[in-house]
This record gives sequence, structure tokens and C-alpha cells, in this order.
Amino acid sequence: MKEITCKLLVIGAGPGGYVSAIRAGQLGVDTVIVEMAKPGGTCLNIGCIPSKALIHTADDFHKAVAMAAGRNAMGIRAESPAIELAKTMAWKDGITGRLTMGVSGLLKKAGVKIVVGRAKFRDGKTVEVETETGQQVIRAENIVIATGSAPVALPMLPFGGKVLSSTGALSLTQVPERLAVVGAGYIGLELGIAFAKLGSKVTVVEALDRILPLYDSQITQPVAKRLSALGVEILLGTKVKGMSANGEALLAETADGEERRIAADKVLVTVGRKPVTDGWGREELELDMDGRYLRIDDQCRTSMRGIYAVGDVTGEPMLAHRAMAQGEMVAEIVSGKRRNWDKRAIPAVCFTDPEIVSVGLSPDEARAAGREVKIGQFPFTANGRAMTLSSEEGFVRVVARADNHLVLGIQGVGVGISELSAAFSLAIEMGARLEDIAGTIHAHPTQSEAFAEAALKALGHALHV
Amino acid sequence: MAERIIKLPDVGEGVAEAELVEWHVSVGDLVREDMVLAAVMTGKATVEIPSPVEGEVTWRHGEVGDVIPTGTVILKIKTAGAEDEEEPEAEIPASQPVSLSMEPKQEPAAEKPKLAPDIAPLRVAAAPKTAGVPHGAPRAEGEKPLGSPAVRLRAKEAGIDLRQVSGTGPAGRITHEDLDAYLGRENGPGMAARLQPNKNIEEIKVVGMRRRIAEKMALAKSRIPHITYVEEVDMTALEELRARMNASLKPGKPKLTILPFLMRVMVKAVAEQPGINAHFDDEAGVIRQFGGVHIGIAAQTPAGLVVPVVKHAEARDIFDCAREMARLSDAAKNGTAQREELTGSTITISSLGAMGGIVSTPVINHPEVAIVGVNKLAIRPHWDGTQFVPRKMMNLSSSFDHRVVDGWDAATFVQRLKALLETPALIFVDE
Repeated sequence: MKEITCKLLVIGAGPGGYVSAIRAGQLGVDTVIVEMAKPGGTCLNIGCIPSKALIHTADDFHKAVAMAAGRNAMGIRAESPAIELAKTMAWKDGITGRLTMGVSGLLKKAGVKIVVGRAKFRDGKTVEVETETGQQVIRAENIVIATGSAPVALPMLPFGGKVLSSTGALSLTQVPERLAVVGAGYIGLELGIAFAKLGSKVTVVEALDRILPLYDSQITQPVAKRLSALGVEILLGTKVKGMSANGEALLAETADGEERRIAADKVLVTVGRKPVTDGWGREELELDMDGRYLRIDDQCRTSMRGIYAVGDVTGEPMLAHRAMAQGEMVAEIVSGKRRNWDKRAIPAVCFTDPEIVSVGLSPDEARAAGREVKIGQFPFTANGRAMTLSSEEGFVRVVARADNHLVLGIQGVGVGISELSAAFSLAIEMGARLEDIAGTIHAHPTQSEAFAEAALKALGHALHV
Repeated sequence: MAERIIKLPDVGEGVAEAELVEWHVSVGDLVREDMVLAAVMTGKATVEIPSPVEGEVTWRHGEVGDVIPTGTVILKIKTAGAEDEEEPEAEIPASQPVSLSMEPKQEPAAEKPKLAPDIAPLRVAAAPKTAGVPHGAPRAEGEKPLGSPAVRLRAKEAGIDLRQVSGTGPAGRITHEDLDAYLGRENGPGMAARLQPNKNIEEIKVVGMRRRIAEKMALAKSRIPHITYVEEVDMTALEELRARMNASLKPGKPKLTILPFLMRVMVKAVAEQPGINAHFDDEAGVIRQFGGVHIGIAAQTPAGLVVPVVKHAEARDIFDCAREMARLSDAAKNGTAQREELTGSTITISSLGAMGGIVSTPVINHPEVAIVGVNKLAIRPHWDGTQFVPRKMMNLSSSFDHRVVDGWDAATFVQRLKALLETPALIFVDE
């Protein structure tokens, strides 16, 4: 097969890779992208998007069940709701299919050549791709490594059979009667809550002594409360031992050393994700590592000239929007523009029930950074729109410097609060002070009013509490 | 919300006015207790005015360079009122004499201005700080520059490091206008390679110490018809003596430079010509001849020229002169000199040391009538009558007020200095 020569080669068409390729194409850079599966990566195919489809389905179904049980304050009655998970999956696959088609279309529109197959470095300027029709050699001036991450497996619970990764859980066609979830991070809780709402008896096993260990306990408290209301059993400080001999139950040891048998039809293991740093010829290169990740600088350059890396393979936070921003920046650098990573905050969202948003520094992080802070917190119990949504759980919290009121961080927990992340991020990226947020009219009646009120609270004069 | 009025305090020298030399805050700034609000200058000392409260500056009066009577309201600060949950009762202390009202008639002009008792002690510094950014709280060292993504992108594309740009926005945020201003000043980086006309005109307001120096110089040069007389002095013998004295210094004795010798010489010379150690009060038409010889030593400091004064040089031996001079010049340089240490001279020495050049035309320190300028010491060929010999030669360039000092008297005085310096034994004996 004839060799391809290009200015930019992107390895991996996940959010980091495809955005990098589209932007480079827009800028007139001769670009090739290699992907061994469907474009869109983990995010579109087996991550963000399909999990949100399942979560939405579970929410609606759960509401219908509550209505049927007569537990609906709004006076809605329903009868014998049922879920056909196979249909849910087909609907979900329809969405991911449209999105991956959309990404392919965008790549083509930007003039990017797509090569399907597994890429492997031959040297720092050359990559071999095993395609269906044979080996394709690609020579490139610049290469972006965007190989992403994969679920971490536990040695005593290898994936397969009853033991599922998040990918497996997102393609179940029947709701498991009993689901054990290993790991109470955001992926485990998002899916655990969804299956609990779909009717599974869910037990979550977590080795640490708290859920969502990346967030402070104040903000995870409404989630803990909701888990309990949904009948999800949470075993903290508990270590999994493996499956029982007959394969009927998950064995675990509690903090007190007590052995627990958790009867389970399926076991979902969500103990983290690891960067994909092997299988693409890293051994042919001289790339410096930063722990288990590829080391990059503030322009996403690796230790080798002309080789960039973006996304999960470069470290935490492993979030699609971080990868996209990196990918966009690298494309612009390759096209000759001056850029470097100057983002002030990367928002993080948990699609638990209720949802959690965190942008910038938490109160503890701000204090640890030596700041004197002012904190304002406004509860949704005092927000009219939240009442009409019968979603009064949660709050918005604003953290600002005490001396000049510069906003350092904004966190929130509440139903649908993920959409407020835009306002939170914009405030921090624009360098807003408390007065800027307090002085902006927030539409009534919306949950966003809680944002302005939290800023007012920090200034000492909230209006509605 | 409560409002605190900050008046220009009486800085304790009985002066009725002070010159505003620096604003540290602007309207809209948040200030903390003890944060410096402004700097004012009286005489030769700069006084910083600290904030007695925490709050937001809502009003500011006076521009840098304005001379403001003490007691004038210069700032208003809005402080947190009762609704602030952290400080529920942050009310103005009863001892605060300043009225809450903004009505000026409630501040009788006759009232003797006095310092609010809860104002933190004034910090005194002789040297004004270099003028800072006029607006916004300056960014602390090492802190990330604050600007919107669009500003950051523009800076990046223009190759500007935002850490170099001062932000005038709230919380020190860098605005597009700040960037424009910076770009205007830079006139484009990377253009330096090519020679091009520089049409920049920078206006620097003459304030504080510089203004005072300018006024004094203009006064001296416009009032006093100077006569400058230059004579060369053979310093070989004195230098030998000085080297010997320094080589065998007793512990605790200061190292000797030429100046203490010159001071002692001047004391001897003016004893014979008291008209040289005098002030000419030209408005009153009076010459005041002083018994005490208070020698001003013109000294360069980071802030400009100051003249610390060695008082009663006639009552000090050579080591005492050296010790006092060293102490004063240190104090002047690090800004701790007191006002009385910087005033009251009756005659002045101007010395630039190694920078002294061959000849200078010193400007008399009004209302004095004489100044002795020390030029650079160098080995020069000297005709001893039969041959050229290397000698350590130094010129003295001295100016006199020709209204009250005749040329003959001036020359006599300088010749007397020369004779004493060339035969240093005479300095130490009573003739």
C-alpha cells in the first residue's frame, strides 16, 4: 500500500483526537486520523453519552414506578410501568450511532483523512496501521497521541462472565435482579443509581471510608441520602476478595474483618481507569513518563520533538472536555499559532442523583493554598424553581478570596445542576468577583438564582435566606 | 454600611500642609486595616497613611503633587455594616472623632486637626517609594495574572507575557485596555532589531523629593550670583598621613576618608573668615554668621539628593567627624534620617568621590553663602622647579555668594584650605 505523508497524524479518534483533527483540518493542516474502532472514543461509544442515556431512562422509569405506587405529590397516577432494557439499549445505540456518524462527517468536512486500524509507531515520525486491507505506513511531521484510557480490572475479579466493566453494564439487555458494584467513585455511583432505579437490588462496595472521595463530604451528603432512599446498600471500608466458589456471590471483607457474601447476578467493577500507554509502540520511542501517564508540558508536547499527547493518556482529570481543549490547542500550535494551556479551571460533573458540579477550588483546597476565603452557600430549599421540580435537595456554594472577592471555586449539588456548570466555569474563566455574580440578573424562576444568592451570601446579604 | 472618613493627619512636625506624593488605593479598591492608603511628604520626610479600617474606597480627594492642608478629608471608606455576618457589630468606635456626616461644615476649619486615636502608628520613611500602578490592587509576586480568555489569547498571539502587564480591573484583572496600553508602550516586541525613530514622550510628574530639589536649585540659582573658584591641591602629604593613620587604627575608630580632614580644615579656615560660615537672609537684608560650623554633606540616595548635616564640626575631632558623617550618610541612604539631621547646615561640601571630575560648579545651598566642591584625586605630573614629579593632585571647586563674598575673600578662603591640606600637620596644631 502506498505510504501516506501528512503534516499531522492523530492516533485515536476520541474527544481529544477528533477535536484535534477537526481543528487542524479547519486551519488547513494536512491531517490524518487513525482509529481502530468507531470515532468518538470511550466518550461517545461506551462512556459519557450512553451512560447518560441509561441514567435518563432510569430516572423516567423510576418516576413512573413511584407514580404507580401512589407516591407522587403532583397527583399523577400511572399503572404497571415496565422496562424493556433491550429497547432502551437500541435507543441508546441509535444515539451513539448518530453521534459517531456525526463525528465522521465533521472530520470529512474538515478535510481529514480517516484510516481505520490499529496504529503502531515505527519511529518518531512513522506509524504503521494494520488495516483490513493490509499495512498502511504513515509519515507525519507531527503526531498526536490520543489513545485514551481503559477500565482498570481487579486481579481477583477479571472482566468476563458475571463481572462487568462499565462498557458491559451499558450493553445489558436485562435488568439484573441483584447488582454488586465495586468502587464508589462517580462511574460506579452513576450506574449503580441507574440500575437501582431500574429495579436492581444494588450493593456498592468501597475500600475507602467514603463515597466519591474526590469531593468533600458536604457536597456528597445529598447523594448519600438519596442512595439510602433508593435502598442502595453502601459498604464502606470494605475490600473485595473475589467471587464465591459457586459464582453466586461476591465475597468481601468489611472494616471489622467480617466476611460478607453479597449475592449478585452481575458484578460491576468501577475502580478507576488507566491510561492506554501500551499496544501502540511506545517502546519504539523515547517518551518521558509522569507516573503512569505520558509527560507533557503546557503545550501538550511530549519529550520528543513533534510528538504531542492529549487526553486521558496524559493524566488526571480524565475528562472528555479537558481532552477536547487540549486537542484544539495542539491543532492550533501545529498550524503555527502561539498557544499554551492557560485554563483556570476544568469543571467536573457527577451525573449521580442529585448531580454534583465542581469548578475551581473547594473551600479546603483554597485554604490549603494559603487563601483566606469567604464562602457563600445557598440551599435549593429556598429556591422556587427547585420546589416546582420537587427537587429541593442540594445547594450552590461559592468560594472567594477574602481580600478582593475573586471567585476561586464554585460547587453545587442538585437535580439538573450539571447545566449550571457553564455559568460556574465562565465566572472563573473571566476572573469574576463575588460582586460580578451578585450583580448579574439571573432569570426567575430558575435554579440558577441559587448561584447569585450564594454570591450574595458570601458578601453577607443574601436576599432569600 | 458605615462610612469612615480619612483626613490628612498632622504628621507631628507642626506643619500645616503636606504634599501628596503617592496614592496606594483608588476608588473601588478594597482595603484592609493597616494597608497603606497614601504617602505624603513634609519637609524631607515621607509619611505613609495606613487605613484604620477594612472596607471599600468610595471617594478620593487630591492628585499626586497636590499640597493639602492637614485635616482635609482625603478618603472615604465604606466599611461592613451590621448585616455582615462575620463581623456583626463592626461599628465605628466611640473614640473616633471624625463625624459620620459628609457635610464639610460639620468639620470646623479652626478645629485643630489631630490623629484619630485608632489610626496605626505612622511609618516614616525619607525616601518615597517609586510610583506604583495607579489603579487596582497590584498582583502579588508569583500570582497568576487575571484576565478573560480573550485577553489571554490576544496576549499570547502578540507574544506578551501577561505577568508583565498591570491590571486595572477589579481584583487586578487585566482588561483589553490594559493590554492596549501595554502594547502601545512596547511598540511591538521584535521590532527592536531595526533602528527606528522613537517618538515616545513620557511625562513624569515632578513630585515629592524631586520637586523639592528642583525648587531649592531654582531658588539658589535665581537669587544667588555665584562665583566659582577652582584651585588645585597637592594631596600627597595628606594621603601619606591618612594611609598611616588608617593602617594603625585603634579598635572602635572609624576609617578616615578625605572628607573628615577637609571638614577640620574648613573649621580652621572659617574661624579666620566668619563671613564664609553664614546665612544671607536676603529678604530681611541680614547676614547671620554662625559660631558653630554645621557642615552639610551632599549625598546621593536612591530617591535623589539629600544633605545630612554634621553639627558642630568645630567641637568634633577628626574621628568624631568621620563617625558622624558615616552614620548620617547611612541614615540618609536607607531613609531613616530624621528631619533635624537633614537641616540646619551653615556651609556645605559637595563630593562625588571617584565621579568628581576635574572641575564642577557647585550650587550654593541657600541661604548659605559658600559650598566646597571636591574633585577627583589623581596622580599628575608636577613641576617641582627642576623636574616633573608624580604627585597626588586634587582640585577644589568652590562657589560663593558674590553678593556678600568678594572674589578676594573667596580666594583667600580657598588658599587657606589649600595651605592646610598640603601641610596636614597644621590641621592638628593651634597656630
